[in-house]
Amino acid sequence: MTATTVTPQDAKTRKSPGPGKGQTAQKRPMTAGRVGLQAFLIVMALVWLFPVFFAVVSSFRDYSYTAQHGYVSFGGFTIQNYVQAYQQANFAHTLANSAMITIPAVLLTLFLSCCIAFVVSRFNFKFNLALLGLFTAANLLPPQALLIPVFRMFKAINVPYWISDSGTLLNSYYGLIAVNVAFQTGFCAFVLSNYMKTLPRELYESAVVDGASVTRQFFQLTLPLCRPPLAALATLEVTWIYNEFFWATVLLSSGDKYPVTSSLNNLRGQFFTDNNLVAAGSVLVALPTLIVFFALQKQFVSGLTLGATKG
Amino acid sequence: MTAPVALPADTTEKPPRSKQPRRSRYRGIDQLNGVDRVVVALMIIIPTFLVVALVWFPAVGSVLLSFTNWNGIGSISSAKFIGLTNYQNVVSIYPPFWPAVQHNLIWLAVTFLIATPLGVFLAVLLDREMKGGRIYQTAFYLPVVLSLALIGFIWQLIYSKDQGLLNAVTGSSIDWYGDQRYNLGAALVASSWRQTGYIMLLYLAGLKGVDPSLREAAKVDGANERTTFFKIVFPVMRPINIIVLVVSVIESLRAFDLVWIINKGRNGLELISTLVTQNIVGEASRIGFGSALATFMLLISSVFIVIYLRIVMRDQR
Amino acid sequence: MPRPSTEAEYLARLVPASQGAFSRRSLLRGAVGAGSLLAVPGALAACSSSTSTGTGSGAASATGTVTLGSNQSDAVPKAAVQAVMDAFAKANTGLSVKINTIDHNTFQENINNYLQGAPDDVWTWFSGYRMRFFAAQGLATDVSDLWGSKTDMSAALKTASTGDDGKQYFMPSTYYPWAIFYRKSVFAAKGYQIPKTLDELNTLGTKMKADGLIPIAFGDKDGWPAMGTFDQLNLRVNGYAFHVSLMAGKEDWSGAKVKKVFDTWKGILPLHQTDSLGRTWQEAAQSLQQKKSGMYVLGAFVAQQFTKGAEQDDLDFFNFPEVDSTVGSDAIEAPIDGYMLAAKLKNEAGAKKLLGYLGSADAQNLAVKADPSVIATSDKADQTGYTALQKKSAEFVKSAKSIAQFMDRDTRPDFASTVMIPAIQSFIKSPDDIDGLVKSIQKQKLTIFTS
Repeated sequence: MTATTVTPQDAKTRKSPGPGKGQTAQKRPMTAGRVGLQAFLIVMALVWLFPVFFAVVSSFRDYSYTAQHGYVSFGGFTIQNYVQAYQQANFAHTLANSAMITIPAVLLTLFLSCCIAFVVSRFNFKFNLALLGLFTAANLLPPQALLIPVFRMFKAINVPYWISDSGTLLNSYYGLIAVNVAFQTGFCAFVLSNYMKTLPRELYESAVVDGASVTRQFFQLTLPLCRPPLAALATLEVTWIYNEFFWATVLLSSGDKYPVTSSLNNLRGQFFTDNNLVAAGSVLVALPTLIVFFALQKQFVSGLTLGATKG
Repeated sequence: MTAPVALPADTTEKPPRSKQPRRSRYRGIDQLNGVDRVVVALMIIIPTFLVVALVWFPAVGSVLLSFTNWNGIGSISSAKFIGLTNYQNVVSIYPPFWPAVQHNLIWLAVTFLIATPLGVFLAVLLDREMKGGRIYQTAFYLPVVLSLALIGFIWQLIYSKDQGLLNAVTGSSIDWYGDQRYNLGAALVASSWRQTGYIMLLYLAGLKGVDPSLREAAKVDGANERTTFFKIVFPVMRPINIIVLVVSVIESLRAFDLVWIINKGRNGLELISTLVTQNIVGEASRIGFGSALATFMLLISSVFIVIYLRIVMRDQR
Repeated sequence: MPRPSTEAEYLARLVPASQGAFSRRSLLRGAVGAGSLLAVPGALAACSSSTSTGTGSGAASATGTVTLGSNQSDAVPKAAVQAVMDAFAKANTGLSVKINTIDHNTFQENINNYLQGAPDDVWTWFSGYRMRFFAAQGLATDVSDLWGSKTDMSAALKTASTGDDGKQYFMPSTYYPWAIFYRKSVFAAKGYQIPKTLDELNTLGTKMKADGLIPIAFGDKDGWPAMGTFDQLNLRVNGYAFHVSLMAGKEDWSGAKVKKVFDTWKGILPLHQTDSLGRTWQEAAQSLQQKKSGMYVLGAFVAQQFTKGAEQDDLDFFNFPEVDSTVGSDAIEAPIDGYMLAAKLKNEAGAKKLLGYLGSADAQNLAVKADPSVIATSDKADQTGYTALQKKSAEFVKSAKSIAQFMDRDTRPDFASTVMIPAIQSFIKSPDDIDGLVKSIQKQKLTIFTS
């Protein structure tokens, strides 16, 4: 598709030998600029990765050794921290709890925020601006400030016992999921509405001409086109809700309902904390979010080929 | 996820037909039929209800509580209305308040001037398909994924006075976390480390959404990459640019967790959010006083919300 | 003012300034579980639910399940709690205990919401103001009937378990003293003598400095460890009565007495490890363990940083030295941990039975064995298995004339955490502006203690 149009652009990068060979980005020859760019990115990436690498290495070291010799030393390597963290923290159970909270909360958040973003970016309603303000501003409220009112409200709402064994929304996953969704929807709706505004209007206009219903426009046109931001947001939201601990501890009162983050606190002593053990536990806890990231990475990396440009 | 399924055949076929001269833009609800109206109404009402009930209603509650001396225990009727006393006390006799405001502003400036531009820059670099692109993305995004416990540990390893890497390598004996001349800077390095990857991810997803035909066209016109970006891509990205700016503001004003894990926001690391937490959460339970602090936070935030909405309003005109 | 000699006397006369407000609120106790945030006051009458007033219904009929909210989340104490509960269930057929373990920090941070939400029947807590506060708010059940027949705990412990209304709400389990810890081997090698007075402490400190040691290990990153130093100095400079009264908010923080405490502290601050605000107490304890520091003012839990056996046996402590001979040094700090009952009990008979058991020597023997840094509160507890440190702790606590808890247990939590932590940290940072500091504390104290 671009085969015949490369020459002007290549003229600029002609410095390198073998001009005009590969035209697509991947096959472009290694110019000085390209080398410089790679070098820059490698250095940056190493700077970014180093602290994590250092911590992971430390999680494989014996606490009494590092306590005595400091972390800038060599020796005391062991996998005991991982063994102990796995045994002590009861990961299997808390991980299941986290899944029960995170998965529905992320799905609901993304779906609801898509709805709002779609309406705000598609229609010119008079109250759009107010709606956008309502959702965006909700992001800025500090959750700590809303703790007491939310807690009181949940306590006052009576629900049947089959929904929650406390008879109120307290100590129930439904309440916790609702709070997470409410707090995250603002951010997602804001991000998504902006992305949706970048979508070409013509697509919708032709859809309307075709007589596509709002539902069809939403599910078959908008959602597929929003794959990159949805993948990016899903990654972020999984990370946030999965690592969220504040609301979980406030709204749940049974320790055995706590999410996986609480396992880390169990590794922390009342007075004494073996940091290497906590690090080992944290690495284990971080694995699911990493998996989600890798699984979705392709989605927001691959980019879009809009139907319109293929013509 | 609400899995975006592959673009159905019929929609992909549509664009050619859109070349028809007839313009048909939505002007208002009048153009929608009955079912569509119900659908749109539900799309608005359900999320709005949730956010209003669980965010705005409690927020109003907090503002009201800030005029009382309630201690959070027992019935709210035991609270006494004390007018603006809490606000007066916050600004006049609460020593950590003004340092906290100052730290929040510094935080905002650093995020705005360093972390965010760096994240955008990395996203632009990584937007081109290149060798190892995914590895770089992973490297920059990794800090965002890690749990707070691990991040706290990571920076402890580097900053610890007696056992840390920084002092071991440089031979200094600076107390990075304890000395308030340095600890805000140290925390900001850690925060930028995380913020950069976050911004990069958001911006990258935005860049991927840019219609590739625009770039093709620019190439045809003989523009180089830099010109293409600044003249073509950047203006199209305006909504995304706004996202990144607003997110930076939000994150700086709400900055909390990193500082909390370092030293619970004390001794040079006071932020308004940590003061709110110290007063409201935990045993302290100074609900009235803490709510007044939270209201200050709301007021500062609302300045930025108004700015944002004005930009949006201008765009729509 | 005459100096009453027992804690009991002090606590008895200790009526917090805000007590009027408390009792008024406890009339509204029924509304505790009911009022929603924006409830109209008038609606409250309609939804008052009855709270248990705690007249024991006879322990004989106790059956079923009792729930226990435990903050003992560390592996060893957690196992100890389990062992205690197993022993309890074994001794009481028909009764079982369901343990709800929540990690220590979360439990503490969340206690207000926990108690007002759906608390467990029995929960771990501390004595002192923290206990009296919840009792006064109607969030705990009166357990005076269990104390009626109790003979194995001292009067001081009973007073420490008594609420503002003169009834008992708390069952002590274990406690541990605060003192100055040191390594016997270091003192023996250098020929150091235990200091009896502040001057001797200063002299010893100077000697240690000359020997290349940091005299006093110090870490206050978390904000609370330095409260211990303040308390020790205050007890020595102004005595126990003043401590209690100061913590109750009845004294002038900007007065000469408090200033003198900070002045004295300023005098020995050069002996302390520098850069303390970036150091956790664990790191400070390690400098003692590695023989880089000579002494450390801390609770007996410092032993947890020493490996069991020879290293722990090398650890010893002495009483904080006398500052003023007219005040003496017979007041110490030994925070008490124990258990309380929720206001609304699902199984009242069972819960009381369990609480009674937790206060017994049998249960405490199990608890103490698990954690060698604490000692049992029951006189009947078996002390033969104690480590040297535990034996010394028991002796030390017994010989003390009066026992304080700890700043964050003896005063309002909001005052301790939002005023005193920043204040003490700013003192450590710049010890020169004591005047400005105490004035700021006093101003904030007035707004907190009147609310």
